[in-house]
Amino acid sequence: MTATPSFSERHWMALLIAGAIVLLLAPFVAYPIFLMKLMCFALLAASLNLMVGYVGLLSFGHAMFFGSAGYATAHAVKVWGFDPALGVLFGAAVAAAIGATTGVLAIRRAGIAFSMITLACAQLVYFIALRAPFTGGEDGIQNVPRGKLLGLLSLQDNLTLYYVVMVTVVAAFWLIWRVVHSPFGQVLTAIRDNEPRAISLGYRVNRYKLLAFTLSAALAGLAGGMKSIVFQIATLTDVSWTTSGEALLMGIVGGLQTMLGPVVGAMVVVTMANQLSAFAEAVLIVQGAVFVVVVMLFRRGIVGEINAFLARRARLGPSPEAPAAPPPSQSARAGQAADAKSVS
Amino acid sequence: MPEHKVPCLEVRGLTGFYGETQALHGIDFVVQPGEAVCLLGRNGAGKTTTLRAVVGLLSKRRGHIAIDGRPTQGMAPEDIARLGVAYCPEERGIFASLDVEENLLLPPVLMPGGMTVDEIYTLFPNLKLRRKSPGTRLSGGEQQMLAIARILRTGAKLLLLDEPTEGLAPVIIEKIGQAIGILRQRGFTILMVEQNFRFASGVGDRFYVIEEGRVVEHFDRQSLATDHARIEALLGV
Amino acid sequence: MPDTLFGFPLAAVAGQVLVGMINGSLYSLMSLGLAIIFGLLRVVNFAHGAQYMLGAFVAWGLLEYLGLNYWWALVLAPLVVGASGVALERTLLRRLYHVDHVYALLLTFGFALILEGVFRYKFGATGQPYPNPIAGGLDTPMAFFPWYRLWVIAASMGMCILTWFVIERTKLGSYLRAATENPNLVRTFGVRVPRMLMLTYGLGVALAGFSGVMAAPIYQVNPLMGSQLIIVVFAVVVIGGMGSIVGAIVAGFGLGVIEGITKLVYPDGAGMVVFVVMLIVLAVRPQGLFGSLR
Repeated sequence: MTATPSFSERHWMALLIAGAIVLLLAPFVAYPIFLMKLMCFALLAASLNLMVGYVGLLSFGHAMFFGSAGYATAHAVKVWGFDPALGVLFGAAVAAAIGATTGVLAIRRAGIAFSMITLACAQLVYFIALRAPFTGGEDGIQNVPRGKLLGLLSLQDNLTLYYVVMVTVVAAFWLIWRVVHSPFGQVLTAIRDNEPRAISLGYRVNRYKLLAFTLSAALAGLAGGMKSIVFQIATLTDVSWTTSGEALLMGIVGGLQTMLGPVVGAMVVVTMANQLSAFAEAVLIVQGAVFVVVVMLFRRGIVGEINAFLARRARLGPSPEAPAAPPPSQSARAGQAADAKSVS
Repeated sequence: MPEHKVPCLEVRGLTGFYGETQALHGIDFVVQPGEAVCLLGRNGAGKTTTLRAVVGLLSKRRGHIAIDGRPTQGMAPEDIARLGVAYCPEERGIFASLDVEENLLLPPVLMPGGMTVDEIYTLFPNLKLRRKSPGTRLSGGEQQMLAIARILRTGAKLLLLDEPTEGLAPVIIEKIGQAIGILRQRGFTILMVEQNFRFASGVGDRFYVIEEGRVVEHFDRQSLATDHARIEALLGV
Repeated sequence: MPDTLFGFPLAAVAGQVLVGMINGSLYSLMSLGLAIIFGLLRVVNFAHGAQYMLGAFVAWGLLEYLGLNYWWALVLAPLVVGASGVALERTLLRRLYHVDHVYALLLTFGFALILEGVFRYKFGATGQPYPNPIAGGLDTPMAFFPWYRLWVIAASMGMCILTWFVIERTKLGSYLRAATENPNLVRTFGVRVPRMLMLTYGLGVALAGFSGVMAAPIYQVNPLMGSQLIIVVFAVVVIGGMGSIVGAIVAGFGLGVIEGITKLVYPDGAGMVVFVVMLIVLAVRPQGLFGSLR
């Protein structure tokens, strides 16, 4: 990450308290179901962000983790009678397994090829979901029971469920934060910024990438499993690449190399989809337009742009470098290399 | 040869950046038509960067560069080429997916006055022998000759050569020296970057020494004879 | 003449191979366009499917509103779609070359969403029919081969070979290949590389439009046709090797046929077989059949 701490990093205590208040009181202001949807998607976007923004690998297939965990959890809870917590963990585990398997194949290639492979693997998962008997095909798995958390707390009530989901998602975000700021996370950033150098320093680069990918898959699975319980349904849409595209949109809109970006991005995209739900085509057009505008003008995303703006304002004396538009790919971006190869 | 008022190439106060790093801190030199000028200096001094700036490949630069009196600030490389400049880079840039003849014929003829293919083959006969070989199958020396040869067709009169003798055997170096001599007789103007001072001193009319992005010394052939010891010490030869 | 081949009725086999070759023709043309664009611009053109759909709709529109038939459309639609590509490159895409090329990919993705959304808005998700320009077919003891389908296969192969020839054997193609390797050096030779990038994008996109016109009489002209096709085409490109012309052609036709045969032998797996093949190829040869490890 950049040397300059972002606004959120400098004022973390204040933000934390503000955030806690918002989260605790939110369900009294907005529909709990909507908020839970928001949180699940924010976690999905955050898991994708982990790969794209911090590791530098663009995965197009995150829906395969989200959706298959959704199916796994739904099946476990409905058919096998699992406890909802166990069901969600099972979903996350399934997603992690798929992540590890796909990762082994995808990580051999860098950049674009990696992305194409994740896309194709996701399609494979989609087809399996379409055909497999236990997924219910076009209908999906319906009437997924909410169940009782740990056999004690009934999750029937939306409010109760909201707090459970909230705690889980916050914990997951905390986990991501810890990973990003850990030595492991720093190695990942080093790999993203200059892979040849990391290799020459002796790091088993592919192992790190695979581990990050599996973790990212598990988190996406966690989000997917929870969503199944909240909406009590698991459908094909959750494994389709439109969901992958939406997760990417959330990450881009919010800001790829920020912690809060996925949250903001999810808020924007989910709200937009909700408002336009009557006009399916309009959703496509608006999403497409948002992609175009953000990519051309606001590459850092909402949170990224705010961070940059505040960093510029807060500068006194010798100026630290403002974070440049994030390069998610792995190629070394030293100015010389860029000058030598790029066609400007 | 009549003295032209307008230099073939004039560089004044050139500063250049790679991203945030400043590579050139104020380069000044001129090249008169028909001359052979050498830029000397250690690795990393800024010699290649200077050539890249002249040819339009250094995106962040300030200062004055004029070719035949025409300032080139803000011009794209393909337009600078049309002013009569041709570039032979340090890495030679032979295209792997093309054969020797395709490589040779690639640069388009931009203006009259360039050499014909036959003339080029006469100058570099071994290129004719290896016409259909893939570009990268040539030896280092042959690649260098090809890199020089292909820019002779375009009609450009100012040739920028970056380290034409780097990594080559003495026999080949001599051949390249001869080729450059013939080019000079034909009226080409040459700006050359060289680390091999022995070679440069045999070919050049005037020399600029560049250190840390600045011109620190300027001398010509006569001074070379009289000031030999001091100059060699300066270059760490 | 035997009536069965490996236990399957010969007519059925012939039919499926034909369908496979048709699909393969489309896969090839589309992969070719993607390979050309990726090879020079290093951009994955996510809009390719939408541009294919646009080509089909332009053909339909030419007939519906101007009364111009298929043969006009075959020439005009690629020009229109190509022009739209040139405009996109000129105004937006080229501004993204200096940053990570993922953004260019995302731009084309956004553009595809907009295009699909607009057409879905106007035409819904149902298809518009497009008449078969060459009625009738070749009646053989083995099976009936419609003329139009034979035409599609022949024309696609012809287009692929023509494109391959232009790129590998002509002066124009050598500029393209050289610029792919070292665009800056080529610029110092006086070649207008930025213009070349623009026209190359236009050409690749025109190929998508051309595919759309060819597909129109066979599959209905509907706004979803592009997004259904594009993912399979991406898998084909990965199998053939990204940026490889030969790879695109071989993998395209090959996978079309494999898909066709799978439909006969194991119908449920037909949708997946391309992806399964992709995984196998990747496990054995990560750069694709004809690709290079960069």
